[in-house]
Amino acid sequence: MLSPFYQELVSSLNRGLLMSLYLIIPSAVGGILLGIIVGCFRAFGNTFVRKMCDTYAAIFRGTPLVVQLFILYFGLPNIGICLSSYTAAVLGFVLCSGAYQSEYIRGALLSIKQNQYSAAQALGFSRFQSIVWIIIPQALRKALPGCSNEIIYLIKYSSLAYVVTCMELTGEGKAIATEYFRFTEVFAVIGLYYLLLVSLAILVLKKVEKATLIPGFGQF
Amino acid sequence: MGDPILSVENIKKSFNGVPILKGVDLCLNKGEIKILIGPSGAGKSTLLQCMNCLVPPDSGKFRLEERTVDITNKRELYVYRQQVGMIFQDFNLFDHLTALDNLTIALRKVKKMGKKEATARALAELSRVGLEEKTHLYPAQLSGGQKQRVAIARALTMDPKVLLLDEPTSALDPEVMGEVIDVIRNLAKRGMTMIMATHQINLIRTLADEILFMESGAVVEQGQPKVLLVPGTRSQGFCDKLDILTGKIK
Repeated sequence: MLSPFYQELVSSLNRGLLMSLYLIIPSAVGGILLGIIVGCFRAFGNTFVRKMCDTYAAIFRGTPLVVQLFILYFGLPNIGICLSSYTAAVLGFVLCSGAYQSEYIRGALLSIKQNQYSAAQALGFSRFQSIVWIIIPQALRKALPGCSNEIIYLIKYSSLAYVVTCMELTGEGKAIATEYFRFTEVFAVIGLYYLLLVSLAILVLKKVEKATLIPGFGQF
Repeated sequence: MGDPILSVENIKKSFNGVPILKGVDLCLNKGEIKILIGPSGAGKSTLLQCMNCLVPPDSGKFRLEERTVDITNKRELYVYRQQVGMIFQDFNLFDHLTALDNLTIALRKVKKMGKKEATARALAELSRVGLEEKTHLYPAQLSGGQKQRVAIARALTMDPKVLLLDEPTSALDPEVMGEVIDVIRNLAKRGMTMIMATHQINLIRTLADEILFMESGAVVEQGQPKVLLVPGTRSQGFCDKLDILTGKIK
């Protein structure tokens, strides 16, 4: 049987794990979607749209996530926008992740050969159709390894949600560690939880990569 | 003859101030096959790409079957391109789609055809170029000749009135060149209107209704093969050199 300390630790961490999943899954999906949209605008948009999106990416890649979360949770109420800690955390993660994802997507979009676009145009595709049906499906496959990497980062930086009082894995663990003053064991166990989460994510992302693989495209 | 399908007038194009096309006029009659020859850099490829505005010309008038086409109007341009098919030197198949889907995607997205109807049409076109066995293979799994045949089938699914072929056999090795040439000959038999840049000497001699010899951005000689391919013309000189390359003249 586990000692009372470990019993409490495991039940807290499991509760935290659930909250972490609630944070990570929508943030990862939202981050990818935002990254695709912003990445496309940055690659194909007109000058104004491109500048706007470049600025967004520069700001969210250029400032610490903690600062972004603080502003969303503690700063926005000053202008009358009050977000719950959960909403603030997810919003922060989506915005930050989206900025990084847009860079992977943009790089992949630019790597698609011009002749693919020409072929679509020659068949009468509009610019929008060419991008949506030909360029993006190819680019997403090329961007997948990079995007997976960003999702793995996201799993770990989701541990910052506790600074805006959203009690996820790290937050729950930290409370127990402070209560019992047993930091080493607690953070070692927290580390294991994250390792498990990341390993699971790698497994799933590898499966996605395999399922979307096309012979002779993006493989040697 | 004398039933014009596509005519272009005064096509001009320069890149960075260097004129590549110096005002080319061209008229294709129904069922006619024109062949563009000339040295590299003469502007053959640019002319073909200007003809469906993949490279937008600096100036030029376009008429497709009596109707003037306003190429600055996007909608009109997209409809125009559906009617003017293009075959590229490097095939340009969509790398992420099977041979079949390379054909159906245009039918479904551009022509808004249903999935079943599109698949049936695509299969018919693929079997016409002898690829009914290869429908589910990706471009990387096809040989060069097969890729070009898929590309031709793809262009034909759009029911083009004219086909522009930009050196369709230049990227192929001699072993598979024949299968693509056969497909092009078949097209000619079925009365497809075509303009083709090629260095394939037997295509030039046997298919051309008219040969256009281009040099430095202009058509410098133009005429039926029997008129043009006589000693003393630039075209004959050029074809002689091709013959030497292919070993017909020592």
